[in-house]
Amino acid sequence: MDIPDSTAEEVPVKERHKLLKSLSQAFVDLYNVVRFILRFFKEAFIPPYEGKELLRQCYEVGVRSLALITLTGFIVGLIFTKQSRPSLSEFGATSWLPSLVSIAIMRALAPLVTALITAGRVGSSIGAELGSMRVTEQIDAMEVSGTNPFKYLVCIRVLATTITVPILSTYAAFVAIMGGFLNVHQNEGTSYSTFITQVFEPLTFLDFEASLIKSIVFGFTIGIVGSYKGYNSSRGTEGVGKAANSAVVTAMFLVFIEEIVIVQIVGWFR
Amino acid sequence: MAKPNTNIDYQQTVISIRDLKKSFDTNHVLRGVDLDLYQGENLVVLGRSGTGKSVLIKIISGLLTADSGEVMVLGKNMNNLDRHDLRELRIKVGFSFQNSALYDSMTVRKNIEFPLVRNSPKLTRGEIDKQVAEVLDNVGLLQTINQMPSELSGGQRKRIGIARTLILKPDIVLYDEPTAGLDPITCIEINELINEVQQLYHASAIIITHDLTCAKTTGDRIVMLLDGKFERQGSFEEVFDTNDERVKAFYDYNFTQ
Repeated sequence: MDIPDSTAEEVPVKERHKLLKSLSQAFVDLYNVVRFILRFFKEAFIPPYEGKELLRQCYEVGVRSLALITLTGFIVGLIFTKQSRPSLSEFGATSWLPSLVSIAIMRALAPLVTALITAGRVGSSIGAELGSMRVTEQIDAMEVSGTNPFKYLVCIRVLATTITVPILSTYAAFVAIMGGFLNVHQNEGTSYSTFITQVFEPLTFLDFEASLIKSIVFGFTIGIVGSYKGYNSSRGTEGVGKAANSAVVTAMFLVFIEEIVIVQIVGWFR
Repeated sequence: MAKPNTNIDYQQTVISIRDLKKSFDTNHVLRGVDLDLYQGENLVVLGRSGTGKSVLIKIISGLLTADSGEVMVLGKNMNNLDRHDLRELRIKVGFSFQNSALYDSMTVRKNIEFPLVRNSPKLTRGEIDKQVAEVLDNVGLLQTINQMPSELSGGQRKRIGIARTLILKPDIVLYDEPTAGLDPITCIEINELINEVQQLYHASAIIITHDLTCAKTTGDRIVMLLDGKFERQGSFEEVFDTNDERVKAFYDYNFTQ
C-alpha cells in the first residue's frame, strides 16, 4: 500500500506561515517606526526645552566626530582628484579637475561620507546608550520620576544629529576640496584663488540647497534609527549589542536609499 | 531589629485595587488581585519569583497597564489618567528599583537632583544643593555626592536609589526587592532605612520582597501572592500560621537557606 507523503505538503504550508508571519511582523515594525517618528514631531517642539542637554549632545555628535571627518574628507578629496587625473589628462582636460572635484564633493561625496561616518560612530553609540538604559531600567526610572524620557533622550539626540550632520557635511566638503587643491597645486601649480574660483564656477544654488537638505535628512535618519533601536531594545546585554549593530546597518541602508531618492528628485529641478 | 511604632491612618486609603488582572500572552500573572494600602502603612508583598509582585507595582506606577480591574492611587483611577495627570501622580509615587537604576553617566549629585530640577524648575541652585545634601544625609551617604554610580557598592547604590526617590518627597514609596543581592549586614541597614523613611517622610510604602527578614522587619502588614492572588494577609505571624504547604515551603526555604 502506498503511504501518502504528508511532509511534501507540510513544508510549503510551514514556509507560507513563516513568510506571512515575517510579513506581518514587518508591517507591525513599520507601524511602530511611523508612530515613533510622529511622536518625535509631537514632542520635540513643545516646552520644556532642554537647551543645555541639546548643546551637550551636539558637542558629542559634532566635535567628537571632527577628527575622523577631517581625515576622511581630506583623503577622499585627495584620492578622488588623483584618480580622476589620468582620465582627464587623456583628453587634455586636467584644468577641469577643480570643477569635477567640486561637483562630485558637493553633490554626493561630502553628505554621503559624513552620513556614513556619523551612522557608524554616532548611530551605534545612540543605539547602545539607549539600549543599555532600557535594559537597566534607567528609562523606567526617568518615567516614574515625572520626566518624559522620550523627550529627554530621543528628541534631544535626533535634534542633535539633524543639526550637526549638515554642519559636519559642509566642513567635510571644505576639507575634501582642500585635499583636491593639494593634489592640483602639486601637479599643475594652480594658485589657491584660481582653484577656489574654478571650484565655485560650476556650482549652482540648487547644489548647495540639495546638499543641505540631504544632510538634514541623513542626520534625522541616523538619530531616529539609533534612538528607535536603542529605546525599544530588550533581552539584556545581547539586546544592547543587537540594537547598536542594527542601528548602524539600518541607518546606512536608509542613507543610500535616501541618496538615490533625493538625487532623483533634484534631477527633476535641474 | 523590631519594627518601630508607626502612625497608620486606617481611615485613609492611599492605594485601592479591585479585581486586578494582568497576563503576558498565555501567562496569567495576576488573576484578580484586591489590595488596600493605608496612609502611613508599610505593606509587604511576599511571593516567589515570577509570581507578578513587580508587575503589581509597575501597574501602580503606570509603567504597565492592567488588562482589567480598578487601580486607584491617591484617589485617581489609573485607567483614566492622561499623560499630564499621570506625570503629576508619579511625582507623588516614588519607585525604588531592584537594580537601583541609577543613571550611570551622572554623578550621585546629578542623579538625585535630576527629578527635582525637572519637576521644580523654579528652584535656585542653592535650594537644589540644600535638598540634595539633606536627602543624602538622611540615607547616610553625603560623602559620596561627587562619586559616579560605578564607584559605589551594591548597598550604597540601593541607598542612592532610595534617596533619588525621596528627593520629591513622595506620599507613597514602592520598593522593588530592596534587599535582593545584598549581604546580610547591608540587608539589615536597608531594612532600617526603609523604617526610617516611614518615620521621617510619613510615606506609605509597598515593599516587594521574598526575603522574610525584610518582611518581618519592615512590614506593618504582610500579604502573600500565590497563584496570581493574595491568599494570606495580616501580621508576619498570622500569615505563616497556616497548614498551607505553599506558605510553609516558602517559610522553610527562607529560614533553612
